[in-house]
Amino acid sequence: MFASVAVALVVAGAVAAFVVAWRPAIAAIDPAAPPSFDDALVKRGRDLAAIGNCSTCHTTRGGRDFAGGLPVPTPFGTIYSSNITPDADTGIGRWPEDAFRRAMRSGVDRDGRHLYPTFPYDHFTHVSDEDDRALYAFLMTRQSVHAVARANQLPFPLDRRFVIAGWKLLFLRRDSYQPDPAKSAELNRGAYLVEGLAHCGACHTPRNALGAERTSASFAGGEADNWSAYAINAQSPAPVPWTAEALFAYLRHGWDPDHGTARGPMAEVVGNLSDVPDSDVRAIATYMAGVFGAPTEDRKRRAEDVLAQVKSPTPPASQTSSAGAAIYAAACATCHETGRPLPYGGVNLALSSALSGPDARNAANIVLSGVRPVEGERSPIMPAFASSMSDAQIAALLSYLRSRFSNQTAWTGVEKTVEDARRTQTVFLQTAVDAQNVPADASQRDKP
Amino acid sequence: MMTLKVNGRDHQVEAEADTPLLYVLRDDLALNAAKFGCGLGQCGACTVIVDGKAVLSCVTPLLLVEGKQVTTLEGLGSIETPAPIQRAFMEEQAAQCGYCIAGMMMRAQALLQRNAKPTDDEIRAELAPHLCRCGTHMRILRAVHRAAHLMQTADASTVQRSAQ
Repeated sequence: MFASVAVALVVAGAVAAFVVAWRPAIAAIDPAAPPSFDDALVKRGRDLAAIGNCSTCHTTRGGRDFAGGLPVPTPFGTIYSSNITPDADTGIGRWPEDAFRRAMRSGVDRDGRHLYPTFPYDHFTHVSDEDDRALYAFLMTRQSVHAVARANQLPFPLDRRFVIAGWKLLFLRRDSYQPDPAKSAELNRGAYLVEGLAHCGACHTPRNALGAERTSASFAGGEADNWSAYAINAQSPAPVPWTAEALFAYLRHGWDPDHGTARGPMAEVVGNLSDVPDSDVRAIATYMAGVFGAPTEDRKRRAEDVLAQVKSPTPPASQTSSAGAAIYAAACATCHETGRPLPYGGVNLALSSALSGPDARNAANIVLSGVRPVEGERSPIMPAFASSMSDAQIAALLSYLRSRFSNQTAWTGVEKTVEDARRTQTVFLQTAVDAQNVPADASQRDKP
Repeated sequence: MMTLKVNGRDHQVEAEADTPLLYVLRDDLALNAAKFGCGLGQCGACTVIVDGKAVLSCVTPLLLVEGKQVTTLEGLGSIETPAPIQRAFMEEQAAQCGYCIAGMMMRAQALLQRNAKPTDDEIRAELAPHLCRCGTHMRILRAVHRAAHLMQTADASTVQRSAQ
């Protein structure tokens, strides 16, 4: 009796697990007769792929476009991005459109295998059929590259793909974006892009122990490739509050005079956005300005003080002779305090989110690695100091900058942060043959 | 007053801790190989080697090199006995105006000390922070390869002093 109940339970459990985890394969299309697409659809797909930042993960630095292979570090192990060129054997050349749409909506490949949520399908559920069609048309008309996917480095049982089915049960909501008729078309467009294809929350929202975004803390700040992704809601550390105008300028050109220059993974995002129509960038900026919210009176006053100080700097009250102050004076102030305008001059550090942020990671990354200019284009630049400064010296410098240029309490464990930053250089920097940066003027790009 | 170790010798220099290393090398020690280009760490002309690593001396204050070994181009070799890197640049005629070349050689030297046989891509990536307005880039690439070869064959006619 007992045994038969147990057997029944096991069988029922197995059936349930099968139902949850099993997905059918979708019949392959004939790679000898690839589908043809309308030019306008392909062009729209190109803009959408830029908004989706697809190339950042699906292309290695110096590698072939969309051929995959980029190592994405996660707390669970390293996952390699896949080849999404139309190569029949190693890419998505045999995928019909419905297989592509299923991957975007529910993270399942053509064979029926679950995909790891490093591919942010938890956002892509919001992408419309129409936009998926355009993205498909764009990707299927790219250059085919034969590149076999690299094996992920994940411990058991995370290397078993049925585990992902359980993750989806817990965290994947398959709802599509519903426009709010009470809001303007621009706001709705912005919400559709930010929450969906642009997947801003994938980096800017903190994740729980199972790697899912904590929806209760939307945009409260997360992590990307060993950089902190700042809070982009009311908790934003920016000394001068973000406005729709400032966001538009920053996303459009890669810098804003009151906030500085995009670098790290955000430089990739902004570099991609440089091809996107103004109207979509403006929609994203308008929606995000609402997410940041109107600043409090306190923050406004502080911003006015900071801007006044930047305009007519007074020397620090107590001339300290700390090592940090001396390093700043000799190595940093030549660019950061000469008032040369952005993006070629260094931002006045009183405006720096990195120094007002919750930890020293971004500031450490930038001092160690600098900002390399874009090959052959006018762009921001900063030398790297990894070779000339020890961890202790960088820590002394950062602690000094924190106390001088932010109104926040001192960071703790700064030297450890610098050590970590030096040891675990970000993937983009490790794999970078091309610079990870944005052109000073994206409109210069198409000129000879 | 502080002690600076340059090209294997100790020098007493009269300078503030926040003085750029480049100024002391040129103005006090008369070591003029490292050049003042932009003064902002953006062109590479001022590159020297500090404890085996290429460093931009115009944005490196003295306090960061205290107790470390500084090597300038003068420390690698001389006209009579050029180091492999210097011989290679001369043999490839890799300089046109030459302003950037001392810095290029120093970073190439630091590269060759940790990677005896770099590829074209590795050399390009390493020398990316250096500007050359004359356009001898292809010769510079060849010169670095030639220097790698010279260092490996340990030609008896060169005094190969490795930079600290």
